[in-house]
Amino acid sequence: MATQIELRNIEKSFGDHQVLNQINLEIEEDEFLTILGPSGCGKTTILRLIGGFETPDSGEVIFDDKDITQVPAYLRPVNTLFQKYSLFPHLNVYDNVAFGLRIKKVPEAEIKPRVDEMLGLVNLKGFEKRWVDSLSGGQQQRIAMARALINRPEVLLLDEPLGALDLKLRKDMQVELKRIQRELGITFVFVTHDQEEALTLSDRIIVLNEGIIQQIGSPLDIYNEPINAFVADFIGESNILEGIMHKNYDVSFSGKHFVCVDEDFYPNEAVDVVIRPEDVEIVSVEKGTLQGEVLSCLFMGVHYEMRIATSAEIYLVHSTIPRSIGEPVGLCVEPDNIHIMRKGEVEGDEEL
Amino acid sequence: MSKFIKRFYLFLVYGFLYAPIIVLIIFSFNEGRTRGSWDGFSLIWYKKLFSDKEILSAVYHTFLVASITTVVSTIIGVLGAIGISPYRKKLRAAILGINQIPVLNPDIVMAVGLMVLYRILGLDFGLVTLILAHIAFTVPYVVLSVLPKLKQMPSSLPEAAMDLGATPSQTLTKVIIPYIKPGIFSGALMAFTLSIDDFVISFFTTGNGIETVSTLVFSMARRGINPEINALSAIMFIIVLFLLVLMNLRTEKVT
Ligand SMILES: Nc1ncnc2c1ncn2[C@@H]1O[C@H](COP(=O)(O)OP(=O)(O)O)[C@@H](O)[C@H]1O
Ligand SMILES: [Mg+2]
Repeated sequence: MATQIELRNIEKSFGDHQVLNQINLEIEEDEFLTILGPSGCGKTTILRLIGGFETPDSGEVIFDDKDITQVPAYLRPVNTLFQKYSLFPHLNVYDNVAFGLRIKKVPEAEIKPRVDEMLGLVNLKGFEKRWVDSLSGGQQQRIAMARALINRPEVLLLDEPLGALDLKLRKDMQVELKRIQRELGITFVFVTHDQEEALTLSDRIIVLNEGIIQQIGSPLDIYNEPINAFVADFIGESNILEGIMHKNYDVSFSGKHFVCVDEDFYPNEAVDVVIRPEDVEIVSVEKGTLQGEVLSCLFMGVHYEMRIATSAEIYLVHSTIPRSIGEPVGLCVEPDNIHIMRKGEVEGDEEL
Repeated sequence: MSKFIKRFYLFLVYGFLYAPIIVLIIFSFNEGRTRGSWDGFSLIWYKKLFSDKEILSAVYHTFLVASITTVVSTIIGVLGAIGISPYRKKLRAAILGINQIPVLNPDIVMAVGLMVLYRILGLDFGLVTLILAHIAFTVPYVVLSVLPKLKQMPSSLPEAAMDLGATPSQTLTKVIIPYIKPGIFSGALMAFTLSIDDFVISFFTTGNGIETVSTLVFSMARRGINPEINALSAIMFIIVLFLLVLMNLRTEKVT
């Protein structure tokens, strides 16, 4: 796979608010790349830089080895699926989808089959004559998708396109997005703040926070080996604890020493300890490394979610066996499942 | 009872407002010369009206001025509104404030101001100054009727157009203008109506014997009562009424 889009040392501020800080990023041809991060962290701004709706204060946007930083949006070989409200209300579905081809002066005889093909792709054949405001939110986004894809872009940018849809529709559309991306074999750069969506759809995920790339990796990498406490917390509910790394394989948190699998820290370095709720085992009081009391127990469909108070912290624990409230229990964690993280480490730090 | 009083009050208000116009229309069909007595129904004054060269030329000028004014101030106003809409809040507020002044300003101030300006520039008073003056005082109304539509337009619409390959000017003609069309129409209609309706500004900025209907009526009235004026005023009233109704229907449909 070849690198298609590259962002080099991008900085962007609005007024004195720095929104993007030293963004370095390579997007591979035909991958499904997701930019994941909380609201306001700069995801949309990155997409707008690629789409040509913003110019960076410094840094370059490279497309197929050409610097396109100053190229206006209408000349870029990318198309965008906006969050919402982007269909032209004065045109019907057919004319909306045909818009890009008419701009390019493609003959009408060629436009018709291509519109048909696109409406087929998004499962909305027969909607040609409908007006935009007679469509549901999900249908509107599919038409917007057809309108973008009819131009055969090399890259499609998607800015939380499912954000306004309800859960059920969202799931259906996720499946459809993935299918369309595979069928057409084009690069998708997808923006979302929903970690589940990101984990399901992506080939690679970029976790962004406050304009700084935290981590880049496959969904599995990011889920299993979050680089810092922020990523761990954002990617899934986690227990994040203050710890001290005394020496190799010896960490202490919640007032107890634990065996872990990490090495190469400074002696007695303060670290973040991350333990996933499903990795905390509930055992009898005597067998546990930690002792605590069940505060609450909720059935979540597949498992029970419990909050268990030890003398120092409250642990979030997932288990298939419910415990009654007030019951004293013991907790232990396998060395493999204790994730030790340097405080504030982000992607690229280890190369320095 | 209180309902009756309310109705009566309303009747009184509208009575005061419309009685003169109704009297005028009725007497435009009067056979005699005076407004004092009813001498029988006749269309004589309408006939005379349509054979009076002076009046016909004033009607021609009125519509000529109104048409040119409408076209030019609609173009200026629409482009102006599009131009100021992306500005930052403060600057936009300042420009809008300046835009409002001609709207709130008494006509007479505007009229004298324009007259003085034309004097200083050494322009010949006549059709050109008249049209320029009408453009000047109608543009702000066009801006004001277009801006709300522009504000209502999500920024993702023009961006989507450019994303699909439309140049900025194609975006303007294929997306922005169709979107704000209702605002453009009501702005144009308003410019046309205001131009036809205007007396004060026309009076101070015309010359060289160019008369509009309103300035002609004014000078005729000074020469003495001429029932042709009744007929002319009645026709003008009906035209303006028609335009206003059209305008209201439009705004109702839009909102
Ligand atoms: N045009 C703009 N002017 C000023 N601030 C902006 C502008 N666009 C975005 N911002 C700010 O930049 C930050 C990042 O915005 P954005 O990229 O939209 O975040 P996200 O898409 O991750 O929610 C936010 O704090 C937002 O308020
Ligand atoms: Mg956003």
